[in-house]
Amino acid sequence: MRRYVIRRVAQAVGVLWAAYTVVFLVLDYLPGDPVAAMAGQGDQTAVDPAQLDRLRARYGFDKPVLVQYLDYLGRAVRGDFGDSVATGRPVTGMLAAAVPQTLQVTVAGMALAVLFGGGLAVLATYTRRRWLRSLLLSLPPLGVSVPVFWTGLLLVELFSFRLHVFPAFGDDGPRGLVLPAVALAILPGAMIAQVLAKSLLDTLDEPYAQTARAKGAGRARVHLRHALRNAALPALTVAGVLVGQLMANSVVIETVFSRNGVGRLTASAVTAQDIPVVQGVVVFAALVFVLVNLAVDLVYPLLDPRIAGAAAR
Amino acid sequence: MTPTPQRRPALAVPALTALALALGACGSGDGGAASGAPVAGGTLTFAVGSDAGCVDPQQVGSNDTIYSTRQLVDSLTDQDPATGKIVPWLATSFEVNKAATEFTFHLRPGVTFSDGSPLTAQVVKDNFDAVPKLGARAVLSTQYLAGYAGTDVVDEHTARVRFKQPNAQFLQASSTFSLGLVSSASTRRTPEQRCTQGVAGSGPFTLASYVPNQAITLAKRKGYGWGSSLWKKTGEAYLDRLVFKIVPESGVRTGSLQSGQVDAIGSVGRADEAALKGAGVRLLSRANPGLVFNVGLNNSRPLFRDPNVRRAILAAIDRRQIADTVFPTGTRPATSVLAHTTPGYADLGTLLAADRARAAALLDGAGWKPGPDGIRAKDGAKLSFAVSWAPVAATNQPALELVQQQLKAVGVQVELKQIQVAQLTRLQQSGDYDALFGNLTRADPDILRGTFSTKGANTYKLAPSALDGLLDRQAATLDADERAGYVKQAQETLVRDAYVAPVVELQTELGVAKKVHDLDFEASSRVQLHDTWIG
Repeated sequence: MRRYVIRRVAQAVGVLWAAYTVVFLVLDYLPGDPVAAMAGQGDQTAVDPAQLDRLRARYGFDKPVLVQYLDYLGRAVRGDFGDSVATGRPVTGMLAAAVPQTLQVTVAGMALAVLFGGGLAVLATYTRRRWLRSLLLSLPPLGVSVPVFWTGLLLVELFSFRLHVFPAFGDDGPRGLVLPAVALAILPGAMIAQVLAKSLLDTLDEPYAQTARAKGAGRARVHLRHALRNAALPALTVAGVLVGQLMANSVVIETVFSRNGVGRLTASAVTAQDIPVVQGVVVFAALVFVLVNLAVDLVYPLLDPRIAGAAAR
Repeated sequence: MTPTPQRRPALAVPALTALALALGACGSGDGGAASGAPVAGGTLTFAVGSDAGCVDPQQVGSNDTIYSTRQLVDSLTDQDPATGKIVPWLATSFEVNKAATEFTFHLRPGVTFSDGSPLTAQVVKDNFDAVPKLGARAVLSTQYLAGYAGTDVVDEHTARVRFKQPNAQFLQASSTFSLGLVSSASTRRTPEQRCTQGVAGSGPFTLASYVPNQAITLAKRKGYGWGSSLWKKTGEAYLDRLVFKIVPESGVRTGSLQSGQVDAIGSVGRADEAALKGAGVRLLSRANPGLVFNVGLNNSRPLFRDPNVRRAILAAIDRRQIADTVFPTGTRPATSVLAHTTPGYADLGTLLAADRARAAALLDGAGWKPGPDGIRAKDGAKLSFAVSWAPVAATNQPALELVQQQLKAVGVQVELKQIQVAQLTRLQQSGDYDALFGNLTRADPDILRGTFSTKGANTYKLAPSALDGLLDRQAATLDADERAGYVKQAQETLVRDAYVAPVVELQTELGVAKKVHDLDFEASSRVQLHDTWIG
């Protein structure tokens, strides 16, 4: 078990380093630079080139790429991503301000997804009515295929602009959280439902489920106590993928609902080619992704002892 | 009453009084004027699309941020949007020497900044001394102070600002938010501190809170009593609070205004107009003064060294069609290189009429013959060039696609090259482009010198010519008639020799709820909220 943990942690660090390096190279390859972006402001204003050069020197953009890379990497390891070129604020502080906003909406979205996705899968596999089952099972493909941008705008139009039930802006306290969380929950909810329903159906055909039934366990008991626990394993595996998608979709959702989170930070930093901020965001996203997968990997053997046994060999 | 988003301005009359000729177009008149006396109090919520990450008026340049930061500071002077004339604000009077190198301002006594410090000549000096050190973000303010030699503190309330060369534009610059005054203590902070924590201004509102990418909240300045001579109300503002919410999605801005969740929105597009009008929202619009949207040709390219090729491009563009198809209702086709709201504007509409036959004749004469694919060619080379553009306005792409079609009709091939905003400045400096598309807002004709003088940035790589002399002379006089004469000649030269191809004016359009009154445009087509009230 210890070697399993050490190997997983080493892999996680490797992923973080790779993410950082790839982003650095991509940003370096792009034409234009953040200093020009800041001064240009989109119109034809003429800027003093000497002034731009001074600013570039201040942010270290005039040094060779390798020096810049090592310099940034050294500080990043210590948690210092430098200052945003566009705003002059420390990147770590900007992230710290944005993360809670994103955390609220993604956690709420994930909770809704588990609740409704899981509920749908259980209900669809439990019911004996054929039409209800096929109706319920046809919903997840629909949920996977609608773009989150569209659902977000539809929800705002309906519940905010027409019915006046919820505010259109996501920063208006708990009520403002409802619509973005629902919009965000649809995709992971649908995926959970798909995976869980499939594996529940498989599990219910397994011999141990039949054994349980033969021993006189009620249908509901077999379904919820025996089958669901085992069927949850594949659903847990997709959790890592889902977190990645939630973070990607938060860019869209935070724009639609005017929330000031990591997604918005990413979108504006990319347009401004604000290298320090983009790097901070990518490392943060990679960190979350790695941690979630690490957690899944570590929880897995607890649920299924065979895995740890295999790893320990 | 039906909203009248754009009143037709009176026709331009030859220079009667000041520089400004046809400035009457501001459609900002109070559509709901009939509803009685103004009431004090209340909060105005204004949704804007973006946040520049900075709340220092001397450092910001984007409209969305100017709407809020303009309210934090007062300027030495103000500019009448109807006439273009410069009038008193913090300076009760001002004089300019004959050479337009020395500007003396007599300050109003009793003015204080929000940190309690008084306005003195020393504060003016501290401000202007600090601006050139603000760095690259402060593009506008540093440009206005180009050639700054220093400020003399003549006495406690008299400041004399000196320049190395004639600099007539500085008088108008002193009316802009970019040179709005902040307290001496604020001038001593770093540019970054000023951006994130704000500055202490003397304006009718103070910064209550700034949450980046979310909201900028302003509170009424108690005891304010030194407003611009143009304002209707003296003393404090009517509104208690102004909340500028950052709402990036345009559909959400429109819907929030329709459903009453916000009171005003910026950047209304043509597609939003119908829905907003149906919801009983007033649309206010005014053309931004300065350089119109233009296809700026790189005059150093061999293709564009032939004036007849440039002239053919100007003649092939149907400006009216572009304005009516792509831009908000009421947008005017360009009738000069300057928008009609710019002081010194001259109507050259007849020179800019679409004339396909003339374009074809000019190209024929220049030796460009139609090829089998319809594109003209000469000595085996196709008549083709690229226009580089950045997606800073939603109208850029459709406008350029029309330009592309219109030029194709006369046998000119245009390639549209989308670039990132971040690349724009570098491309401009390198000179490695065929043509650039964009505009530039400035309520002073000196913008022509800044853009076209070969002694300055010379964005479009013109060769030295008599134009330089004209541009220098307009910078050296504050005699309105004399200056307008030079500016008119400069515009005629630019249009006749076709150094750039003017397309349409940029029109700022706002959506405002009916209950909001007296939300007015100032001379640069940004808003003034001191007189605004809700009731």
